[in-house]
Amino acid sequence: MGTPTEEILGATRREGKRLMDLWWQEMTEAAQTGRPTAYVFAMGSMAELLRTFGFVLNFPEITSLQIAVRGQSQAYIQAAEDYGFSPDVCGYVKADVGLQLRQGEHPYGKVPRPSLVVTSNVCNTYIKWSEIWEHLYGCPVFVVDLPGWRGRDSADLDGETFRNDARYVLGQLQELIGLCERITGKRFDLDRFREHLAEANRMAELYQAVCETNRHVPAPFNAVVEGVTYQGIAHLYRGSPEGSRYFQQVLQEMQERIRLGMAAVPDERFRLVLVGTTCYSHFRRFVELFASWGGVFVHSTYMIFAGGGFVPGFAYDLSRPLESFAERMVTAAYWGYTGSMFYQQDWLDEVVQRWHVDGICFHGVKSCRTVSTGLPDVREWMRVQRNVPGLFIQSDLVDPRLWSDAQVKNRVDAFFEALAAHKAARR
Amino acid sequence: MEELERIFDDLRALVEDPSFPAVRRWLEQNPGGKVVGSFQVFFPEEIAHAAGMLPLKIAGAGGTIQVRQADARIAAFVCSIVRSSLELALSGRLDFLSVMVVPNICDAARNACGVWVRSFPHMRVETLYHPHNAASAHAVDYLTGEYRRIGRILEEIGGRPITDEALRGSIALFNENRRLLREVYRIKRETPWLLTAVESYLLVRSAGLMPREEHNALLRRVLELLPQRPVKKQDRIRVVFEGGFCEQPALDMLAVIQNACYIVDDDLMIGLRWITEDVPLEGDPWRNLADSYVNRSTYSPVQRDPRKPKAEMLLRRIRESGAEAAIVAAAKMCEPGLEEQVHYSRALEAAGIPHLVMEFEESMTVFEQVGMEVETFAESLLFQFA
Repeated sequence: MGTPTEEILGATRREGKRLMDLWWQEMTEAAQTGRPTAYVFAMGSMAELLRTFGFVLNFPEITSLQIAVRGQSQAYIQAAEDYGFSPDVCGYVKADVGLQLRQGEHPYGKVPRPSLVVTSNVCNTYIKWSEIWEHLYGCPVFVVDLPGWRGRDSADLDGETFRNDARYVLGQLQELIGLCERITGKRFDLDRFREHLAEANRMAELYQAVCETNRHVPAPFNAVVEGVTYQGIAHLYRGSPEGSRYFQQVLQEMQERIRLGMAAVPDERFRLVLVGTTCYSHFRRFVELFASWGGVFVHSTYMIFAGGGFVPGFAYDLSRPLESFAERMVTAAYWGYTGSMFYQQDWLDEVVQRWHVDGICFHGVKSCRTVSTGLPDVREWMRVQRNVPGLFIQSDLVDPRLWSDAQVKNRVDAFFEALAAHKAARR
Repeated sequence: MEELERIFDDLRALVEDPSFPAVRRWLEQNPGGKVVGSFQVFFPEEIAHAAGMLPLKIAGAGGTIQVRQADARIAAFVCSIVRSSLELALSGRLDFLSVMVVPNICDAARNACGVWVRSFPHMRVETLYHPHNAASAHAVDYLTGEYRRIGRILEEIGGRPITDEALRGSIALFNENRRLLREVYRIKRETPWLLTAVESYLLVRSAGLMPREEHNALLRRVLELLPQRPVKKQDRIRVVFEGGFCEQPALDMLAVIQNACYIVDDDLMIGLRWITEDVPLEGDPWRNLADSYVNRSTYSPVQRDPRKPKAEMLLRRIRESGAEAAIVAAAKMCEPGLEEQVHYSRALEAAGIPHLVMEFEESMTVFEQVGMEVETFAESLLFQFA
């Protein structure tokens, strides 16, 4: 006998909340006990390696966005601006500076101080952000430098560019291991590391499978609502059994929704892709503006670049764990991170076909030049080269002052009117 | 001294001419020659030179052109230099480029590289990944490989190999250029009244806009003429200007500052002065270039090197130049510059060094406010020091 439907539906929402609460509990306890905590970032967190040493992992992007979801980001951002940060600096950074200035007091719990900061260069602002903690706390900052997509040179995975990049990353990982050993006083346990890699392999496969379920019409989940939770859990529990189990549950629920004909957005009319991020200070409103037209986000570049770099075929070779970890970090940087942010046209091209997409929403946010700089250009490229309609709107990740409701609504409404005409003409 | 004035007038005309006249002249003299553009901050131009190509530094257009087409391709909250550099290309002013290299300095630049790739399918556009973990024992090996990759691309496009001998020859030429520029900065530090901030800026900036052979000859002549200049020392405060590592302030903004202060050191066009000693000529020239980027170099907010904490490096620059104060500027919308500005100001405050914080944009045309701020700042210090 399979699991009853009523137990499947809604289970992932409950489990997602439980896992999130558990993470906050762990962080709050670490703030009290002084358990070593590593500050890491969504893109290139090195979670598998850091878990091997037993670090608590703090993801400041997640704590910042949660402040905004709770509607409190303006006060935190203002505190950072009073400290000296410009209004033009990333809102995630400023919400976090505000948090640090309040000694880690967060609406969901308490953030411990860092024993170590590990950042990649995938977003250059990560490095500048890390340097703020370096100034505030004098903690060690380790940059794992991941060279990104370089067109055809990167595409040749047997080629010299890839080998050179992978050697560099492997060398850095060995240096990072040495640093972790010094901080924690623990020796690197290769077997334990291999277990975390195996869990990450399971999670990557399931994450991909979940994304694939949304090819179904109607889409069983909204990539900007549930998708954001999936991304969060993928980061917080990467390399852990809880994380893999969660995605197993999600997949089961999505398959059940499909079986029952359930749609993420009732009366689905338009299937959309989001390029960029959402707006957390107006999270519900953002989704509502699209859902009210029957628009559902079936996928997003956000689910790729902020989805653990779990590109299709992502799997560690467990027989050579460290070497394989280095290689997968490089391929994640090529396709999962920089490729999907700077050269997303090829990915979009494929997703539009396979996910049956009607239009694309390009959402530029002032906080994130990494994601947003070239969005108007990609929109134009997709329109001219592929005849795919696109909407370009601008606001922010977390700064509510940058959300202009009437302006965004006008543009969204106009887009849907045009999209309806475009869709009708294509029939 | 008419000759000196004429040289500076010509350099100003060159720097403010968005049609790149020196490049066009070079192309006339070298039919079929290839030009390699590179965006800020640092690019090892020796590689392009050794491939028989002309390296050209793309550092925005200042206020010399109106940005129209680029605004439709780039989001609103991005710095001016990224847009105006793209506008130069979209408006056809860079049609001669065969290759464009964008180093991984910041998020806007890396993303803009994608815009260039889509916009100019006929051009080879490359991101150059300089190491952000410069303290790693593996950084030099990695960068040697990355420079060789760029070399392979230039060989393919130029149709000729880059021999070690040719590369060493180019390194020697650029070593000479860097040595001459260091001499310019020595004069700025020791006798700033002999060379205004605008003039020294023109000497540096023009290096990236003309063949280095010509530039070396020009610098040698200027350095010969400068000591004879009939200028008297004035009672002005000595400042370091920090914040010009990427987007460049307008020449008139520098002029306004120099009216009130002597700028005795700065980070303007720091990429052209990134390597601070001669690159060795013995051994593997590719590795020598990489090693020099990592280990014989200055600092900027867009390179992470824990061996060179930036606030400490600024304090050192102030100390070594004998400056009494600093102007800590940042380009509008420049995330790394604006973030660094906070650390700079706090370090200066802690060290008791007077400083003025400001923001600028390359296309600024009104400088009354800047002038007033700098003048007030300088006067208050003059009284204080008196």
